[in-house]
Amino acid sequence: MALPNKPKGELNAVVDPEIVEHSCDVLIVGGGMAACGTAFEITKWAPEGMKIILVDKASLERSGAVAQGLSAINTYIGENAIEDYVKMVRNDLMGVVREDLIYDLGRHVDESVKLFEEWGLPIWKKADDGGNLDGAKPAKTLREGGTPVRTGKWQIMINGESYKCIVAEPAKKSLGEDNIHERVFIVKMLLDKNRDNTIAGAVGFSTRENKVHVYTCKTALVACGGAVNIFRPRSTGEGKGRAWYPVWNAGSTYTMCAQVGATLTMMENRFTPARFKDGYGPVGAWFLLFKAKVQNGLGEFYANSPAVKDELAKFMPYGASAVTPTCLRNHLMINELKEGRGPIYMATDVALNAFLDAQRAAGKDEKEVKKFWKHLESEAWEDFLDMSVGQAGLWAGTNTEPEKVGSEIMPTEPYMLGSHSGCCGIWTSGPEESWVPTIDGPRSHQYKWGYNRMTTVNGLFTAGDGVGASGHKFSSGSHAEGRICAKQMVKYCRDNADFKPELAQTAQELADEVYAPVKLYHQFKDASTASDVNPNYVKPAGLMMRLMKATDEYGGGVATYYMTSGKLLNICLDLLQVMREDAEKMAASDLHELLRAWENYHRIWCVETHIRHIEFRKESRYPGFYYRSDYPTCDDENWKAFVNSTFDPKSKEWKCEKVPCVNIIETEPWI
Amino acid sequence: MPSYVDPSKCDGCKGGDKTACMYICPNDLMVLNVEAMKAYNQEPDACWECYSCVKICPQGAIFVRGYDDFVPLGGQVHPMRSSDSIMWTVKFRNGNIKRFKFPIRTTAEGAANEYPGEKGASLDDENLLLESALPTPTKLA
Repeated sequence: MALPNKPKGELNAVVDPEIVEHSCDVLIVGGGMAACGTAFEITKWAPEGMKIILVDKASLERSGAVAQGLSAINTYIGENAIEDYVKMVRNDLMGVVREDLIYDLGRHVDESVKLFEEWGLPIWKKADDGGNLDGAKPAKTLREGGTPVRTGKWQIMINGESYKCIVAEPAKKSLGEDNIHERVFIVKMLLDKNRDNTIAGAVGFSTRENKVHVYTCKTALVACGGAVNIFRPRSTGEGKGRAWYPVWNAGSTYTMCAQVGATLTMMENRFTPARFKDGYGPVGAWFLLFKAKVQNGLGEFYANSPAVKDELAKFMPYGASAVTPTCLRNHLMINELKEGRGPIYMATDVALNAFLDAQRAAGKDEKEVKKFWKHLESEAWEDFLDMSVGQAGLWAGTNTEPEKVGSEIMPTEPYMLGSHSGCCGIWTSGPEESWVPTIDGPRSHQYKWGYNRMTTVNGLFTAGDGVGASGHKFSSGSHAEGRICAKQMVKYCRDNADFKPELAQTAQELADEVYAPVKLYHQFKDASTASDVNPNYVKPAGLMMRLMKATDEYGGGVATYYMTSGKLLNICLDLLQVMREDAEKMAASDLHELLRAWENYHRIWCVETHIRHIEFRKESRYPGFYYRSDYPTCDDENWKAFVNSTFDPKSKEWKCEKVPCVNIIETEPWI
Repeated sequence: MPSYVDPSKCDGCKGGDKTACMYICPNDLMVLNVEAMKAYNQEPDACWECYSCVKICPQGAIFVRGYDDFVPLGGQVHPMRSSDSIMWTVKFRNGNIKRFKFPIRTTAEGAANEYPGEKGASLDDENLLLESALPTPTKLA
């Protein structure tokens, strides 16, 4: 009998990896939309000879949240006023946002979209007869004044299967292939030995060969997405992989920046999107393009009922908006479910047939209606096939034809992110311009300190999911924010030309720390006949389940309909404390498991900040995303403020504080 | 699953340094077993079904079988991706088949303009490449 005690996978990890040292001016950590924006833009500002390296844990061509593709670009300002974009974001995120960052993003984002189109991304256009043209049909480009197909006020439709490949290509060409290190996972940012509160490098490892990579740099961007698989998901088997947000986002951005002392903001914010049940297919096009409505289990279109209007009136001014904030829409749905009036359906059948009836009413014969239907059906399926193929697979497996029957929708497990309809992240400087408020006090209270999108740590920048208190950037905004960082990082290098970064630890010390899970595995593997069951260590897969159980039960996960309390949160913090200790005892037998070990380490830290912030904020700011039973209302009088937290890398202590929120854009009218 | 590999079609990318699926998987799931010269998905419950491996496989050897905790057997969604379009075949459990074709790119692969040699003007304002005269907010609080 072959005993099961053997390393997993194909690429065994050795106890003593090779160490490779790199020196550069600018280090870009991450490879998604934001990092690609930085890689494209930075060579337009960098002086001759500036060394720029991008490190991606995957392959640039298909990494980050857009790897699979997208069916829409959700932020394109176009004919709208940027001030109205700020108002929309502010209202959707219940008032507590950085309006300077949002406005600033709004004035750069369209240029990114125009570049995408120029690079080859097909963008739908309006035809002269009012119909929709797919993005390959001849039409004026956006730059030439072409009219995109708007679904909502801010969204435009695309044929986006290759969106990421198209955006990665000029990023790669801009830096040069030799300066892009793929399959290297950065696990720690490193401070300078001599200068206080200043970034000087990073360390990571290859997931393809036994090598630890140590980088020194003058400035760094950390843009590695949000956090997924941090709460127990609704599907705990194979379907655990069908996370709504990319399953490879492990909270690395927040953890790595927090650990070197970067102030975080609004980490209490989370996103629990309502999506098609199990397949987590997108609902945006169904609501906006196809005008579908949600029905409860009794067949009622509850969203416009008098009871709902009364409920929304409890959350003013937010509830008064024509577009109800995302969390409050969830809140209404959860109320239906809790009252036993589930399940909730997206009435796809009603919506699609309404289009066909309208064609008939307009005098079209059945042949024309059939032709129209073919086009409509194709648009409906493309929405899934572009960005959530698994949902199409679920419809295929269940014989679901959307024109005949509605599909269930459901609020998912919680996610942490800063670029979609959420706003947790890192506190950064806004632009150094007069309209951005000047505020006294430490950086953790200020709105600007010289370098746009620099964190409170000198030389450390972030973008996309990394920048907090400014959601609704989506793919295009994340790219634009990466471009903003690019120029600022070059400026930082120019202004700090005499800075010679020096790491506090030796390369060997760093390598030993990064490979600790491998060393532990080899030290103890023979204490058991089963590789995964050993009293001396825990495997990453097991520890991830422990984390998800704790957050689900105590941190307001799906198990309690997102309800938690001060008492429960403190139990969660106790569990996390022990988990952090046990995280030091994660073991990895191969390079893939080492990747998972470090991802989990990042997850545990990032969740701790989330729980600390919810505990600190004595109200329920986002009903529908989470509730505190001990402070069940949204309390604008006391809590229309940021919660910012800072971990001190020297004392290892956390500090949470309330920071005033300043309105820059007019508040009358609110929307 | 997640993606799975048909052993009769997979040739291990002929033992090259990196197999196509291993090169592309955003979550480091696809690996090559060198003895069998076949690839496999090493962690099916971490698969996003993003289809990156399915789309890139030169042998057409990779398919997806829906997550077994909620997708009934028998359905299949499979793409054929070319340089400018993608054709999807959706096979339902009851045998019905639908096909959809969508454009994916309007330029030749490799043609995206990275604006080589272009330089911005001043590091001390907020304008990015191709931008000038940025607005500032007018409707102030």
